[in-house]
Amino acid sequence: MNIWNWVALGGAAVAALLVVAVVRRRASASASGRRFFRHPTAAPGLFVLAFFVTVAVAAPLVAPYKPYQQIDIVHLQNRSPSTRNVLGTDPFSRDVWSRLAYGARISLGIGALAMLVAVTIGGAVGATAGYFRGWMDAALMRLVDVGLAMPRIFAMLVVVALWDHIAVPVLVLLIGLTGWFATSRLVRAEVLSLRERDFVAAARALGAGPGRVIGRHVLPNAAAPIIVSAALGIGNVMLLEAGLSFLGMGVPSPAPSWGNMIADGWPKIAVAPWSATFPGLAISLVVMALNAVGDALRDALDPRKEAV
Amino acid sequence: MTEPLLRVRDLKTYFVTEQGSGTARAVDGVSFDVRPGETLGIVGESGCGKTVTSLSILRLIPEPPGHIRPGSFIEFEGRNILTLEPKELRAVRGNQIAMIFQEPMTSLNPVFTVGDQIAEAAIVHQHLSRAAARRRAIEMLQLVGIPDPEERVDHYPHQMSGGMRQRVMIAMALVCHPKLLIADEPTTALDVTIQAQILELLERLQAELGMAVMLITHDLGVVAGTADRVVVMYAGQVVEQAPTVELFAHPVHPYTEGLLAAVPRLDAPSLSLRTGGRGRLHSIPGQVPAATAWPDGCRFHPRCPYAWDRCRAEEPPLLDASQGDAGTHTARCWLVTEPQRRTRRP
Repeated sequence: MNIWNWVALGGAAVAALLVVAVVRRRASASASGRRFFRHPTAAPGLFVLAFFVTVAVAAPLVAPYKPYQQIDIVHLQNRSPSTRNVLGTDPFSRDVWSRLAYGARISLGIGALAMLVAVTIGGAVGATAGYFRGWMDAALMRLVDVGLAMPRIFAMLVVVALWDHIAVPVLVLLIGLTGWFATSRLVRAEVLSLRERDFVAAARALGAGPGRVIGRHVLPNAAAPIIVSAALGIGNVMLLEAGLSFLGMGVPSPAPSWGNMIADGWPKIAVAPWSATFPGLAISLVVMALNAVGDALRDALDPRKEAV
Repeated sequence: MTEPLLRVRDLKTYFVTEQGSGTARAVDGVSFDVRPGETLGIVGESGCGKTVTSLSILRLIPEPPGHIRPGSFIEFEGRNILTLEPKELRAVRGNQIAMIFQEPMTSLNPVFTVGDQIAEAAIVHQHLSRAAARRRAIEMLQLVGIPDPEERVDHYPHQMSGGMRQRVMIAMALVCHPKLLIADEPTTALDVTIQAQILELLERLQAELGMAVMLITHDLGVVAGTADRVVVMYAGQVVEQAPTVELFAHPVHPYTEGLLAAVPRLDAPSLSLRTGGRGRLHSIPGQVPAATAWPDGCRFHPRCPYAWDRCRAEEPPLLDASQGDAGTHTARCWLVTEPQRRTRRP
């Protein structure tokens, strides 16, 4: 790791701090923003997320090696962390830190995009079922029952096994398309109670159509639970991707994802614990940060909880 | 006489109850007119069908479990509301007929500013730009007497008091200058001084905008001060309708009589200083029966002090009890045909 990598890494940390500072400044203008930062873990969580996102974006700058590069397959396997390989090297003589940085792109990207797919579908299905009720509700919810009863990991393994190599966008779609069932139930439950609220009746009396009523009056009031479940969901998706990659069914090696890094390091965990531990730590750290931010967001976005 | 703005004929709105205990006939054959620019008071106890009537006019009854029976007829400016396509119906709601609800605390969306919500109808119906709609919202806030409208427009509902929110609701309803405003118990949730302010505001706006108001209330005091004509409802039916002055002077239906006697008055013996305020306020015995099982005959007979055999057997139609022009005062009571049976005051 050369001096410029350290500078870039420091830059990433500063950028993350700046993000937190700017967000905090913007947020202090509104009551909900202040509520967000009143959460003690909100700022650290936001920092961790901003840091990993910056690292992912700036991976070529912060990483001293290419993620696939086998530095010296004879002498540099399973090296412990040093100034040269700051997080050590893995059993294939690749720099763990470099793979971690590039892996952030894949792991965070899959997490965010798959959750976006899941929340979009789940939100649309849940809102439709809850708002229109009747036969639409019955049909959609039976579909959801089937989806929830499906053993997800096996279903995905079956699909993945049909191809030798699965492209990352397909993996995203696959995770998203099998991950919206719980969200749709949550959204439906929220919508069922919200649709009976007086302001929904008032909006209909005003001449708003179903799209407008759902989009402006129902879903925004259901935003808090949706956002919280999405934040927690990204963590889950990342864990799922890690699990699939660990089984060799997710992101194909040698592309680095935090999951297949654990898989690569796993056989040598006794002699070189760093190559599996650091990606594992990264996953845990990001999932915890997502939980912290999700919690703070829930408090911030619920205006009924007025500041004392 | 001018053409009515709204003509409701034989409106029947029924609800199918869950346990199969039968059909709740919440509104059961209601007819009345609202003329342009007038204030029509609709009065009755809780559970007599006032709110369901008003929701039916905008077709806001939740279906299922509710439905408006075939044969009902609601005509607004010559068009039958019950046969409008959803799109045409939405063009009427909020634009031609607007409604304000009983609970100002829950009738505003908590996640949008009041300005956004007032502007919504203008955006939906008049396709105003956001900036124009905002200016419109500020004008409306001014119109309904909210101080500092430029600042208030960006406030959220939870930052406002109940009286202010009701003003905001009124502003929302009036944005498109509707021809008919349905006000469903607009002052019930407010305290007395705010109530007076809101009623005054409604009266002023009605005069300024020239709209008709359908004022739904259980409070005869509210009606006395504001309405031109009154429709009294009981058990899903109209039991009496008359010009306000005449109704208060010569109530025909024993239910109306009971309601009037139940209003506390400072000059009445019940509260006067001469009796030390120890007199008792009149109350109508019993309560409104369940909508799944209206009594046979006259629906009021179990609670009526004058009821006789005929009332128990035969349901009276709306009979003409007018003192002046025919048809201005009608009552659903056999006493109209047999006035000598009105033996004692209730």
